[in-house]
Amino acid sequence: MSKQINVALIGNPNTGKTSVFNALTGLNQKVGNYPGITVEKKEGICKLPRGVKAHIIDLPGTYSLNASSLDENVVIELLLNKNDKDFPDVAVVVSDVENLKRNLLLFTQIKDLQIPTILVINMADRMTYKGISLNIPYLEEQLETKIALISTRKNQGISDLKDLITNYKELSTKPCLNASEIDMDYFDNLRKAFPNQLLYKLWLVITQDVNFGKTDRNEIDAVADFKTKSKADLKRLQQKETIKRYQFINDTLKKGQKIDLSTAKDLRIKFDRVLTHKVWGYLIFGIILLTIFQAIYDWSSVPMDFIDSLFASFSEWTKNTMPEGAFTNLIAEGIIPGLGGIVIFIPQIAFLFLFISVLEESGYMSRVVFLMDRIMRRFGLSGKSVVPLISGTACAIPAIMATRNIESWKERLITILVTPFTTCSARLPVYLIIIALVIPEGRILGLSYQALTLMLLYLIGFGAAVGSAYILNKILKIKSKTFFVVEMPNYKLPLFKNVALTVLEKTKSFVFGAGKIILAISIILWFLASYGPGNDFNNAEAIVTEQYASQNIPDEDLQQHIASYKLEHSFIGITGRAIEPVIRPLGYDWKIGIAIVSSFAAREVFVGTLATIYSVGSDEEETIKNRMAGEVNPILGGPLFNFASGISLLLFYAFAMQCMSTLAIVKRETNSWKWPMLQLIIMSSFAYLVALIAYQLLK
Amino acid sequence: MSITLAEIKRGEKGIIADVSSIHIPLKLLEMGCLPGNSVELVQVAPFADPMYLNINGSHLAIRKETAIHILIEISNE
Repeated sequence: MSKQINVALIGNPNTGKTSVFNALTGLNQKVGNYPGITVEKKEGICKLPRGVKAHIIDLPGTYSLNASSLDENVVIELLLNKNDKDFPDVAVVVSDVENLKRNLLLFTQIKDLQIPTILVINMADRMTYKGISLNIPYLEEQLETKIALISTRKNQGISDLKDLITNYKELSTKPCLNASEIDMDYFDNLRKAFPNQLLYKLWLVITQDVNFGKTDRNEIDAVADFKTKSKADLKRLQQKETIKRYQFINDTLKKGQKIDLSTAKDLRIKFDRVLTHKVWGYLIFGIILLTIFQAIYDWSSVPMDFIDSLFASFSEWTKNTMPEGAFTNLIAEGIIPGLGGIVIFIPQIAFLFLFISVLEESGYMSRVVFLMDRIMRRFGLSGKSVVPLISGTACAIPAIMATRNIESWKERLITILVTPFTTCSARLPVYLIIIALVIPEGRILGLSYQALTLMLLYLIGFGAAVGSAYILNKILKIKSKTFFVVEMPNYKLPLFKNVALTVLEKTKSFVFGAGKIILAISIILWFLASYGPGNDFNNAEAIVTEQYASQNIPDEDLQQHIASYKLEHSFIGITGRAIEPVIRPLGYDWKIGIAIVSSFAAREVFVGTLATIYSVGSDEEETIKNRMAGEVNPILGGPLFNFASGISLLLFYAFAMQCMSTLAIVKRETNSWKWPMLQLIIMSSFAYLVALIAYQLLK
Repeated sequence: MSITLAEIKRGEKGIIADVSSIHIPLKLLEMGCLPGNSVELVQVAPFADPMYLNINGSHLAIRKETAIHILIEISNE
């Protein structure tokens, strides 16, 4: 096998870098994390001509090599560390034909690291539309590189890019800017002290804020002595460097690029006039949100019913087919219902991710940031907090990671703290099943009551997030520079391939991530529910038979009574009844109590837990929903899931902090246990209080 | 006549005259907010904040509190 070529894809955000990555690797990609940090690492394999393979890393989008966030820091750490196993043999800088000037800034920086660099000019299909013409040979000569003019949308130029990667050894590594020009004396000193080092590399290390991570800096440790410049001086020099780079770029583009404004068309202005309008903008945003929730509810009900009954009959089939015994019971009553409790929500989660990725891909999300900034600031948040709050409807974990581009620490911290209030997809299973049980069917103005309830729960989540942000903003005494820059990208029709891959990837990680926990918990619960200590459990059959001996009841009913007696005296029943006094005022029985306790690992465990507990107690082939509807309140009689206890449960799940992964991520992003512990305690006690009040008022 | 960028009106165009580099983050400079470059106000959010600008061909939004640290010359077109 020939050697793999290491390729790093680098580019500004919104240049279609990920589309290029998808075009090169297709389904041969995997998403992981950089060791020790939560920055997403995307890598893939691309087959090149002549049997050569390329290992491609899609680095986080960045505007320059001067990192200002953890994600951007990953880029510079990799490019400065020749010993890293992923250190690129060739860098591919992806640029957008409409923003070539700005995109070239990053290109010149990377070229100056003397890494062989290919320039990709993406979205070439828009050139005529925008009146742009490029003199490619001239640009290649001036920039001393090879250029691939491609269009991922039209699938053009990808093979040219592959050829360029294959022949990367022919690329020049001559820098664009002579680093010494930034400050002659200073760089002279540097050169004398480190004769073997690349000056620009030294300069990058000196000017980086090193707080983000540990750059491999053995070679440059000695530089500390050289920090003869104050921070303000360094920044002045960085500004000078930027100006020099733009001079070079402007000179190059003057001859290499022609823009004929008379033929250029601009839909951006027309769209923005409406979408960022002070009235229409908000109205449209509201309608989009409403549509999303209605769609999540309506479109996924058919596949969900199908999955539910599929799992019920699968469980039944297993019972009938496999030899009777504990192992069969474990599979039929523990694992299958537990897994069913998660698989059933795939349709909804996929739809949710679909909408979010379409909003982001189309460029609309930036408009929302723009529209909401002023309002969010009143609550101590930033317009950029809207993105975490919206993507928090999928999952709080990526949402909290998405706060990294919020420049002010205080605004960022508050966003992190309040994001778990937004209704994440893990709450959806709980909401949906309870709504289906306690909210009547029927429609008002074409919207179903059930969908409206769901919408209301989302609004409550946002309300709680914003309200607590307002309080935190008043309480937290943190001084930090506020500062806000957001790029307003062009509107684009989302690429099907990008959206599909995102939906696939996110859904997969949700199912497998949650699936593992749920599987483990289902097995444990099944054991706890199937075995018990002492006389009561082991002689359940005799005890119950005797109890009903005088009444002449059918054998079937007797078996039911035995099963539920057994469950009550199993390990789980004993634990459940021990905690029952705490949750009874909220209208729950001990079975719900167990489900709540186990869902502190992850909320979506709730349904799986109930499914497992209930199926241990019954023989019938039944869907989860029917089983829950049949439960009777042990004290008051009547259905256990009625309006009051249902609303109380909904509110409890709306506010409680029940997700260990989120707590772990908050700990990582804030670098302290203080904040996640505060979240856990405050959110959960607030949830208890609200659920208590709701039940007591409604019962 | 020099004014701060915060005072520009919708549809007006100008040339950046000076940026106060202590108050302006490097990132904004790198996005093209440098002396000599053109600037145009595209759209304003309610209460005129943040401002949606076209700086040197890049479309971006910044807050008013940042814009007051950027001096511009209105160009008559």
